[in-house]
Amino acid sequence: MEYLIGIQGQDFVLVAADNVAAHSIVKMKQDQDKVFKLSDKILLLCVGEAGDTVQFAEYIQKNIQLYKMRNGYELSPTAAANFTRKNLADYLRSRTPYHVNLLLAGFDETDGPGLYYMDHLSALAKAPFAAHGHGAYLTLSILDRYYRPDLTRDEAMDLLKKCIEELNHRFILNLPSFSVRLIDKDGTHDLEKLIPVGAK
Amino acid sequence: MALQDVSGFQDTPMSHMWNSPASLSGPMGDTTPLLDMADERILGWGRFKSSERDGGVPLRFFIPPPQSSVPFRCDNRHTSLSSLSTSSSPPTRRPFPLSHGTTTLAFVFQGGVIAAADTRASCSGLVACPSAQKILPIHSHLLVTTSGSGADCMLWERILAREIRLYQLRHGRRLSITGSAKLLSHMLHPFKGTDVCVAATLCGWDVEEVRVEEFKGKRVDRMGSGRDDSISPAKRPVEETVMSTSDACSQDDLTDSACERTRHAVTDVDLTRSPVRDRCGPKLFYVCSDGTRLQGELFSVGSGSPYAYGVLDGEVRWSLNEEEAISLAREAVYRATHRDAYSGNCVDLFHITAQGYCRRDREDLREEYHRERERVLKRGKEESEEDKK
Repeated sequence: MEYLIGIQGQDFVLVAADNVAAHSIVKMKQDQDKVFKLSDKILLLCVGEAGDTVQFAEYIQKNIQLYKMRNGYELSPTAAANFTRKNLADYLRSRTPYHVNLLLAGFDETDGPGLYYMDHLSALAKAPFAAHGHGAYLTLSILDRYYRPDLTRDEAMDLLKKCIEELNHRFILNLPSFSVRLIDKDGTHDLEKLIPVGAK
Repeated sequence: MALQDVSGFQDTPMSHMWNSPASLSGPMGDTTPLLDMADERILGWGRFKSSERDGGVPLRFFIPPPQSSVPFRCDNRHTSLSSLSTSSSPPTRRPFPLSHGTTTLAFVFQGGVIAAADTRASCSGLVACPSAQKILPIHSHLLVTTSGSGADCMLWERILAREIRLYQLRHGRRLSITGSAKLLSHMLHPFKGTDVCVAATLCGWDVEEVRVEEFKGKRVDRMGSGRDDSISPAKRPVEETVMSTSDACSQDDLTDSACERTRHAVTDVDLTRSPVRDRCGPKLFYVCSDGTRLQGELFSVGSGSPYAYGVLDGEVRWSLNEEEAISLAREAVYRATHRDAYSGNCVDLFHITAQGYCRRDREDLREEYHRERERVLKRGKEESEEDKK
């Protein structure tokens, strides 16, 4: 039902998420933001079960900020991803697991851009591109075909648009808009929302 | 409940869960929280914990021991097409059918927030009560429309009211609507996966914030609205937003703070654009016991909500005036009760402005039905006359 996508370039990461908050057959909200800012250069995209997403993402967000307050420096994307995974794994083995699928995207001074794929069973994988949701089945092959490690920002944007057009064309659910963000050495940038138009 | 708090009565083995550091950093679980006991004392939280016994989640229920069928949580979640009002298959058999069906709606417009709900409490095929009240005022500027299990809603509304009042007493200012929604959502989160079924919309008006940058020259006291309702308006600069008069509204006979239509000093609210994202102004939140918390401008909840959405989605605009908004809300509830078996009887309409909420008389929808029939007949006559001509 929901969709997340991330594409890593040479010195940036491009991420997008749909904007629908749905309950059974009704769209309760059409401008829901599923991207959570963990720090200046780390974003967490979170989809999954209704209340779990916001609760878990905010929990991670506040703890990352707390770490910064207590220690004076921010966690790197790798550390943040592993921290998130560890929390997800611990909750998975408790009586109250969180059913969430995540993408964590960040830019590190030394290591460069990084995109981490995490699923509800707390598997963690660093990947050059990733997607979550039913839409992933339709778009991963597009990413496989056209992705190159040396994509420029515009090329990555075109690839993202290709994926969203495919969803618009083939996916049974209507996802009317997507929020897009870009992370690079200068931090997080909000890009224009992508709104696929017209039936094909 | 208040007496229990004051006397410090701890009667449940689960109470320690709420006061332990684990509860402050996350839901129940064997996760090691980021703060351990040593840090807690350093930060003075030990003191915090004992003096404010309730920490942030002051619940003293006896929570039944977890069923062995807890793993059901993992698989039942994917039944996304389960009905709007019932929860997924319960671990224990219910002793009696719970009441769920309802139609409630709320939307924001330039004149404030309108909240409407039907009054039928149904119990799987039986109308348990034809005159239930589903919109409950919490304080003068906050209403809760409830849907889901009637008992749960009643209880959680009282708990929320208590917590908001405690916050007000402790901090000297009223908790914002956003804060109230977050508080309710966090209080409900630990009960996720149990049979608690509460789907509430919090409708309110934030009068608190004063935009400092707009008042650089003037000293405007920060509004502790509700802190002292008897402050006479003459003492502070009163800038009221232009509100349409509510002659048709009747006074509610509930809490004192609701009855007094105290005038609060509000900042100049720009009525030409939707200020829902601002810190001051009308607010609408949907909070559900599954953990969802959404801010929005239009929500409808309950078994009759799809029918209500059908009417509202086409007609709700920011620029409606009060009469239009109320008649739109009334019609939406009417259409939903017409089609949904579990909604019906009467409609309650509430209107919240910067001055507080205002309750209209309960209206029987049977009359609306007759009015509509007359309209249809009249239209039919007019059309046949035109055809003759």
